[in-house]
Amino acid sequence: MKPSNEVKLTFLSRSANEGFARTAAACFAAQLDPTLDEVNDIKTAVSEAVTNCIVHAYPDKLGTVTLRLRLFEDNVMEIVVKDTGVGIPDVEKARKPLFTTGGADRSGMGFTIMESFMDNLKVRSQAGKGTTVTMRRRISRRLGG
Amino acid sequence: MPVDYLEEGQALTVQIIGEVDHHAAKSLMSQLTQKLDTALPGSLELDMSKVTFMDSSGIAVVLRTWKRMCQLGGSMRLQNVPSYAAKVLKAAGVDKLLEMTEKE
Repeated sequence: MKPSNEVKLTFLSRSANEGFARTAAACFAAQLDPTLDEVNDIKTAVSEAVTNCIVHAYPDKLGTVTLRLRLFEDNVMEIVVKDTGVGIPDVEKARKPLFTTGGADRSGMGFTIMESFMDNLKVRSQAGKGTTVTMRRRISRRLGG
Repeated sequence: MPVDYLEEGQALTVQIIGEVDHHAAKSLMSQLTQKLDTALPGSLELDMSKVTFMDSSGIAVVLRTWKRMCQLGGSMRLQNVPSYAAKVLKAAGVDKLLEMTEKE
């Protein structure tokens, strides 16, 4: 299916951009007339994915993060967060609740939250090449809309 | 990260204001730790009514603060938690560890 609309943003892996990325995603999602709860779910999932790039993909240097947002006719929003960082050696392990390599500052709940706040989540990673996280969420059609 | 404090005897109330994400978490955690270590409260109430966003970074902040309160032999509860923050905390089972009241 072809997307009805698409944006692509590329930004540096600075933590100040976490807020920028989730707000941009929320603004773009507004075209599907989401509820406040749906907007908050999207903001949270984007924040988790982008934070992973900043904390884990580029642990001691700045890199670039690409956020691609696409809308489809069936009211689905697709969110792709891509980095060209260190990659995840064991994706299955990284997706487990409470697993983290980030120490006491991190809860290890990032992927669990993306999974439970979105309809589906796909993680592709290659050591030394980077990680691509793809999430999809259908926005409910409201009566009278 | 703006934080407001109210001390009444052994009871400390901390109000967190703004967006709790990875960007804000470090400054928030150091402010909370510093306050707990100087006030040594018997009970801590984290008022989250003015939290406008929270992701999993907030889970780590809450759990680390709770651990510190346990070390101090005190109690802790979360007050006025907005629905979006409650959803994140519940995903980690924080509501089963701590008393949590959601914002009306």
